[in-house]
Amino acid sequence: MFRIVSRKRLNPTVTRLDVEAPLIAKKAEPGQFVILRAEENGERIPLTIADANPERGTISLIFQLVGESTMALNALREGDCVPGISGPLGRASELDGLKKVAVIGGGVGSAIAYPVAKKLHEMGCVVHTIAGFRCKDLVILEEEFRAVSDEFIITTDDGSYGRKGVVTAALEEMIQAGNQYDQVIAIGPLIMMKFVCKTTEKYGIKTIVSMNPIMIDGTGMCGGCRLTVGGETKFACVDGPDFDGHLVDFDEAMRRGATYKEFEAHAREAACNLFRDAGKEETANG
Amino acid sequence: MAEGIGFYEVAQGMTLEEAVQEAKRCLQCKNKPCRSACPVQIDIPAFIGKIAQGDPEGAYQVLSKMSALPAVCGRVCPQETQCESKCVRGIKGKPIAIGRLERFAADWHREHVREETPRPQANGHKVAVVGSGPAGLTCAGDLARLGYQVTVFEALHVAGGVLMYGIPEFRLPKTIVQSEIDGLRKLGVEIDCDTVIGKTLTVDELFEDGYEAVFVGSGAGLPRFMNIPGESLRGVLSANEYLTRINLMKAYLPDSKTPVYRADKVAVVGGGNVAMDAARCALRMGAKEVSIVYRRGMEELPARREEVEHAKQEGILFRTLCNPVEILGGENGEVTGIRCVEMTLGEPDASGRRRPVVKPGSEFELEVGMVIMAIGTSPNPLIRATTPGLETNRHGCIVVEEETGRTSRDNVYAGGDAVTGAATVILAMGAGKTAANAIHQAIQENA
Repeated sequence: MFRIVSRKRLNPTVTRLDVEAPLIAKKAEPGQFVILRAEENGERIPLTIADANPERGTISLIFQLVGESTMALNALREGDCVPGISGPLGRASELDGLKKVAVIGGGVGSAIAYPVAKKLHEMGCVVHTIAGFRCKDLVILEEEFRAVSDEFIITTDDGSYGRKGVVTAALEEMIQAGNQYDQVIAIGPLIMMKFVCKTTEKYGIKTIVSMNPIMIDGTGMCGGCRLTVGGETKFACVDGPDFDGHLVDFDEAMRRGATYKEFEAHAREAACNLFRDAGKEETANG
Repeated sequence: MAEGIGFYEVAQGMTLEEAVQEAKRCLQCKNKPCRSACPVQIDIPAFIGKIAQGDPEGAYQVLSKMSALPAVCGRVCPQETQCESKCVRGIKGKPIAIGRLERFAADWHREHVREETPRPQANGHKVAVVGSGPAGLTCAGDLARLGYQVTVFEALHVAGGVLMYGIPEFRLPKTIVQSEIDGLRKLGVEIDCDTVIGKTLTVDELFEDGYEAVFVGSGAGLPRFMNIPGESLRGVLSANEYLTRINLMKAYLPDSKTPVYRADKVAVVGGGNVAMDAARCALRMGAKEVSIVYRRGMEELPARREEVEHAKQEGILFRTLCNPVEILGGENGEVTGIRCVEMTLGEPDASGRRRPVVKPGSEFELEVGMVIMAIGTSPNPLIRATTPGLETNRHGCIVVEEETGRTSRDNVYAGGDAVTGAATVILAMGAGKTAANAIHQAIQENA
């Protein structure tokens, strides 16, 4: 089980895997995630399900190389098996009744924003997508987003592709142009989601964010993924991962997210040469 | 790491000679008061009698009739409040060391006997067990012995539940747990890991797949916090998270890839076995000063005596009659201390224990770099949220008929922490056994 049926490099640090997981594919809804192990005794990595094909029995996972565990995952090839995947975990995004939505994706978070945009589009909702990246080389899923969006804007920090600037500027422009959104859905780095929420707060637009904190089991056992939402403690794995962005304490989430930073930095340093090698090998393979 | 303290097992086993000598002290009482105090009804005088005759394998055979996990029970059962508390030898002097004898017999079997247990004849009925902790494994083992085709569904990637993620290596070696689980596999029990019932499959889908009964032993779930300021600081962890990182994810091994938070001074809030486990782990992970912070007194600690004694011997400080009111943080959002109040004990409360009352003006600060919350859990919500008609109480625990483990849903049974809230391994095993009997009866009646 969990055989990789296709593997595609989306940009130098982001890879897409389509994996056989029939039970999960049958159930998966946008917003849900899996916990995956790239090695038999490796770390448990939470990854949001980027797409699911119940007929083929496959799920798509899009991940960024951040440390040793994602390196190990990246080393797997078509035909290899992922040792363990459990899910679909978390609550599905609540999309019913939405008529017009702005979907904001930031970096690899766009991979999570995509299934949401796709589902909304299929429901007949008007979808305006804004996807932000650091630079042109890191742009992912452009064609896919275009196919499911009524309006689609790409922003890059350095202006090497699409518009120069951050997603919030583009969002504010859309709002000021008279677009009335039922909801804004923002998925990306914490800092981006925080500022999207600050922007929409001014206009009183309900904003949903997808939180991706530290977690181990993903089923409500460890409590590592707790967040403060509206002054209450919530567990992202069972109460989320989607929350009302205007109630989330982002500053606290950012501090907690850095808990194992030193440990991860050390692992990354150790893996650094591997990163370079992987890059070379990928290039050689075209 | 404190000198001489490692992750190897602390309590030593008995030699055959020691075991025979201890077993010979048993009076072989006819009315077996010890047995009546055992949640899984082991015929204690019978197995001790076999040891006294120098037949440890015979003793194991007696044990395994009633217990799927004797090597585990011999180590983690609170014998002093169960079987050993009723031992007639204990009236004047020391009760028979029933727990250590049980461990001896189970260890003897594991180390010396290579014979395959014959697989029971299949009876053609399928039963699903949710969760591979002590309740689920016991239920699975009992049903498999009766010929049922049993599949155990486990959410994590390793079977064993709390025996693997919760109880540390130095108290319950993981090779022993896995060997007991291998024993169940040999009986024909199938274990599907990485399968979350309530998510990957629902209870109703299990029935659609042809299972005739479902036993839910999904365990304790969401860790409780105190709801005091500062609980979201870096370095505040639930005992579940801390113990899982160390035990299941092996953070104690030098080449582990699992990060774990460390500090020189650690406070563990709570007084149960889980608190003792977390405190003793913290010491082994390199902390120089580890304190148990508990709002009642030494006498009221809910942990087993033996665990408290081991913790004391290892140098854990007991700050009893002490309750945190705030966790203090530094510039980068990391824990720097806790503000506590002193308590006194007032009138007994509903649980019969004296209610702790704050001593006015007693606030003080304790300097610590890490706080582990070991104050209990509330049941996992995944199954009750996805099983229509499954009755739960106001705490979220599944409601069952005590004598059978039957829930409000036909053919759904439950037991262990999912029903009782956080309790002991042996109570969970007792519940698994009760449910297995009831499932067997119900299926036989319908057949």
